[in-house]
Amino acid sequence: MISGRFLIVLAIAAAGAATAQDDNVLVVEGAQLVTETRAPAHIEHVGTIYSGWRFRSGETQVLQTDDFENPAMIFVDQAMDLWDKVDGEAGKACASCHENVAQFAGLRTRLPRVKNGELVTMENLINACRTGRMKAVPWKWSEGKMTAMTALIGLQSRGMPINVAIDGPAASFWEKGREIYYTPVGQLQMACANCHEDNYGLMIRADHLSQGQSNGFPTYRLKNAKLNSIHGRFRGCMKNIRAIPYKEGSDEFKALELYLASRGQGLSVETPSVRN
Amino acid sequence: MRTHLVLGLAATLVTTGVLADVVAPGDVVFVEGAVEAPLTGVRGDPKAGRAVFANRKQGNCLACHVNGDLAELGFHGEVGPALDGVARRWSQAELRGIVTNSKMMFEGTIMPAFYIDSGYGRPLESFAGKSILTAQQVEDVVAYLLTLKEE
Ligand code: HEC
Ligand code: HEC
Ligand code: HEC
Repeated sequence: MISGRFLIVLAIAAAGAATAQDDNVLVVEGAQLVTETRAPAHIEHVGTIYSGWRFRSGETQVLQTDDFENPAMIFVDQAMDLWDKVDGEAGKACASCHENVAQFAGLRTRLPRVKNGELVTMENLINACRTGRMKAVPWKWSEGKMTAMTALIGLQSRGMPINVAIDGPAASFWEKGREIYYTPVGQLQMACANCHEDNYGLMIRADHLSQGQSNGFPTYRLKNAKLNSIHGRFRGCMKNIRAIPYKEGSDEFKALELYLASRGQGLSVETPSVRN
Repeated sequence: MRTHLVLGLAATLVTTGVLADVVAPGDVVFVEGAVEAPLTGVRGDPKAGRAVFANRKQGNCLACHVNGDLAELGFHGEVGPALDGVARRWSQAELRGIVTNSKMMFEGTIMPAFYIDSGYGRPLESFAGKSILTAQQVEDVVAYLLTLKEE
């Protein structure tokens, strides 16, 4: 373990200045994750897809390789407590009905997905249990308890490839997400694609632009020292270009989440990842 | 409600004559991406332009461009070309066109149009109906760019 980490650090030092993605290999707790693979056929302008991890500095990268170093794990521990905690008028905890959280292995790779004609995300599924089955108040989209729980459930799929359905009933949602991805918005008139497709690998001021992949979410950001939801990140990127963000949990952001997940098809789930 | 406010404001400005010789964003004339006529009657000030160029809330040009003249600020972006020696590559009118609305010069560019006040979708409320830079700030930035002669 220790010697493995040492090797990673050396490789990082050799990589030198930030141009394009680096060549580092992500090994988490002894298992190698896929941070680079061929772009799926439905992505037009990119040949190879890369995890955002490949664009971060060596110091940030190394935090994700060992669960004792990963600052997101505190929140995962909190979610394990929540899992057992009775809440709501039905007097139930998650653990009352779900034998263990490991049963959710693979779920993160397939979300969002269509259920009864609606596109649902992890947050929707968790809140459906809270309101419908526990008679408890729903958690807010990006509040600490929600991001902790999505991290705990997502962690069960760590290392598995993203594999969302985009055909059949998902097709119209996917189209909508695609349109949002390519539509310039805000006073700065930019689309997601302008930064994350046309210019990934380049520095935009002090930030090293990645492909804006979602396989690491929820993400622990050093900048705000907490877990960040996917929709929270969308909001941030939209506000930076002086655009009115869509609401967290909105149809628009859910569609965008599906489209973005499809752009990362084949990358390993890294939940919970560490970014700056 | 908003429309009334804007109209009211425009009326006041016109009567006081403050904006008398300012070309409104919608009235700028482009010829092959270049803008010949100055946007204001006040000659651009390169020193003020340098500050606008560096200011993150104004030009924020360093987000995308390397500029050796501002080396002291660090972290210059690389999305666009380095601007060292840009005064040798472009005329004043061309630079005015690029800063006013780069999309008239470079089709589909990621570089924002700095002097337009409409045509963009979903602007945050505090920026709606406004241009990123004022006409005078555009003139100041152009004057500053004209000082960047060294490659
Ligand atoms: C009263 C029993 C009950 C409680 C309490 C409960 N759940 Fe559920 N949960 C279910 C049932 C039943 C399903 C539906 C399973 C299915 O559709 O196959 C479900 C589905 C889910 C799913 C979606 C699984 C999938 O594959 O689509 C998630 C995620 C989930 N629950 C998480 C939680 C969490 C987190 C809690 C605690 C905050 C919780 N549940 C509390 C009974 C419960
Ligand atoms: C002005 C450039 C810009 C635009 C436009 C932009 N982003 Fe970003 N985005 C960034 C920067 C900078 C970061 C942080 C560094 C990185 O990972 O690229 C980031 C990060 C992200 C991340 C996190 C990646 C990770 O690995 O954790 C996601 C997801 C993302 N953006 C999605 C979007 C979406 C969706 C849009 C369109 C609504 C968008 N961005 C528009 C600049 C931009
Ligand atoms: C979001 C990134 C971005 C920002 C911010 C930006 N630019 Fe640009 N700029 C570009 C790109 C990209 C080009 C290359 C044109 C193209 O897209 O083909 C460019 C081209 C230029 C050129 C032509 C350079 C040459 O040598 O051909 C000038 C001059 C210029 N920009 C000035 C500015 C000024 C002044 C500012 C700030 C007021 C600014 N830019 C802000 C991205 C940007």
